[in-house]
Amino acid sequence: MKEIHFIQNILASEKIDIVDLSRPFPDEARITVAGADFAKTCKLLHSCLSSPVMAFFAEDLRQRSGAFTLYCVFLSIQAQSWVFVRQDVAADTPEFASLAKDIHSASLFEREMREMFGVEPVGNPDPRSLRLHSEVWPAGRYPLRKDFTMPHKNMDEGVRYRFKRVEGEGIFEIPVGPVHAGIIGPGHFRFSAAGEPIINLELRLGWTHRGIEKLLEGKSSLDAVKISECISGDAAFGYSMAFCQTVEKAQGAYIPLRSQLIRVLCLELERLYNHINDMGGIALDVGFSFPAQFASLIKEAILRLNDAVCGSRYLKGVNTIGGTLIDIDMAKRALIHTALIKIKKDFRALEEMLFSSVSFMDRADATGILRAKTARDLGITGLAARASGIGLDMRKVFPGIYHSFSFKMAKEQAGDVTARLKVRCSEVIESLEIIKQCLEKLGTCSPQIKITIAKKSGTALGCVEAWRGPVLVWMRLDAAGYIERCKIVDPSFHNWEGLSYAVLGNIIPDFPLCNKSFDLSYPGNDL
Amino acid sequence: MNLRILKNSIVKGRVTLPLDPDEITVSHDIEGLGAELKRMIHANFGRSLHIREVDTGSCGACESEIIASSNPIYDIQRFGIDFVASPRHADALLVTGPVSKNMELALKKTYEAMPEPKFVISLGDCAKGGGLFKGSYYTCGGVENVLPVTLHIPGCPPSPLVIMKTLVSFLKPFGKLRILSRIE
Ligand code: SF4
Repeated sequence: MKEIHFIQNILASEKIDIVDLSRPFPDEARITVAGADFAKTCKLLHSCLSSPVMAFFAEDLRQRSGAFTLYCVFLSIQAQSWVFVRQDVAADTPEFASLAKDIHSASLFEREMREMFGVEPVGNPDPRSLRLHSEVWPAGRYPLRKDFTMPHKNMDEGVRYRFKRVEGEGIFEIPVGPVHAGIIGPGHFRFSAAGEPIINLELRLGWTHRGIEKLLEGKSSLDAVKISECISGDAAFGYSMAFCQTVEKAQGAYIPLRSQLIRVLCLELERLYNHINDMGGIALDVGFSFPAQFASLIKEAILRLNDAVCGSRYLKGVNTIGGTLIDIDMAKRALIHTALIKIKKDFRALEEMLFSSVSFMDRADATGILRAKTARDLGITGLAARASGIGLDMRKVFPGIYHSFSFKMAKEQAGDVTARLKVRCSEVIESLEIIKQCLEKLGTCSPQIKITIAKKSGTALGCVEAWRGPVLVWMRLDAAGYIERCKIVDPSFHNWEGLSYAVLGNIIPDFPLCNKSFDLSYPGNDL
Repeated sequence: MNLRILKNSIVKGRVTLPLDPDEITVSHDIEGLGAELKRMIHANFGRSLHIREVDTGSCGACESEIIASSNPIYDIQRFGIDFVASPRHADALLVTGPVSKNMELALKKTYEAMPEPKFVISLGDCAKGGGLFKGSYYTCGGVENVLPVTLHIPGCPPSPLVIMKTLVSFLKPFGKLRILSRIE
């Protein structure tokens, strides 16, 4: 366990009294301060840990303590620990002072709490809803409150979403979506443009909201794993792994080495097929269809490999609480080994096609730049952050089993489409390398793949570096192992905002290219 | 690379990637199914079936498989199925997801924008009855609660082969009758 004295010292130097500090896990520090000090503490941690708000969520504990409890979570890379700051909000005046003006990355979370819990962030500059669209949802219904009841019918109370307007001579708006021309998730994009360049892009999301956090309440942890695979289908494995790890952590279990290795292997397979798919997608969006088709062949080959090894093209049904349901025996290892050789060869060919094409590189270079400063302020995570010079990879911060693998973290400085493409390329190579090491380790490790875990109550935060970035899952389990509250943070939640900044000043025809270079998840964001 | 492609195409004529040995078995399946599919689409839809896809809250894996059915291995287009960008060009509406409340109106409008005759296909387990998302406060509990569904393709997600198989077995009983007029 790394020490966190430095955090205590910082708080003490600003005369903040720590009411309570506990470290239930080596990678979690939970701080309680007096209500009046909450905002100050958060600001302090934000600046001295140089961490965005990684999660900020509420829990309805009115039946127990008569209050809503808020948790604001930061990341200390130095201490390799999550830092929770806790605040209780009285049930009869459910409001708190907004952090958004000082910490931008808190803003979306605050809006989320307002619509889901009816807890008002006083001073948050944006009063609009995120997921519960006012066209179909009546005001005053807060789904994540424990005493929530379903409205009888859809209700349109006439409140309309207000898009920001850019006014001036020759400025026009282009609304796109929610139904797009391609085979893709729904979202509404509103461009304000003067001629070709984009002056403002507003995203209105939430179209695929399915109420997953509510749906998870009262579910057994095993059922929750099934649901987790359907939150964002292209990251099905990352999600189920995050869910399992969180439950295992909360219940204090250590799963067998073999199952950990199998999880690493599958997680990297998922990264592989998605990164290669995106390389093809980026090519397609500039009309370069040969590499796009070629990439789709590589993707298909990996999906089939997944199917042969795990019985599912999208790696569903592999994870379970306490380990994995499938083993990777010698025959399967041989299969993966041969497949990898071909995948690597094809990947190199794909890479050459893209990087040796002058017209392609001309479109990708210096397009859709997301600057490091902007990325930091917005709380951008994962692949997009690494392409903008922010070296953050949860596989390095919380290595777990990854400590026994040697791999490099990809990082680029430019923040443009090319940078995101390059990060993908290096991660593909690293993933191939990790899988190779994994196969060797599997050859010599003991055969147990699953343990049964004694159920007990607890709360824990789990995190997996899925291919887009970190998937965070926080859970409170009751004594029988059922979920009382679950909070999910998808990397797309903040990264969508990154996209809306990256496209500014770019021409509208480059939007699909910028969009694909981020390739964010609609369902993961909307939950 | 590009030069090489150009040179190849001049020197060698049409160049295609050879199939892997393990792909050959699947490929037989695809060709057989595809030929059947093509025959039926020819008979029923005057050569081609144009499909407009709408995601109403899917997890994205179903989309991924629909897209995969157009990749060079399956290449469903050569059997007469085309995914179109506008509902105005579509014969069928392919819907994934349990229909979130936010998407209900957009889905209806897309359907209304299609010319007659038309029919609806739902794809994926959660598109029928809501699947895992059943009982959620924010879904309509499946496509059938919003639009008349003629065909459901099960699976979570259905693979490209399953999609083709289900289409074939759906079209079979209609024989040479024009399916669109029958559905109406
Ligand atoms: S059926 Fe399954 S794979 Fe398809 S969208 Fe629904 S949850 Fe995702």
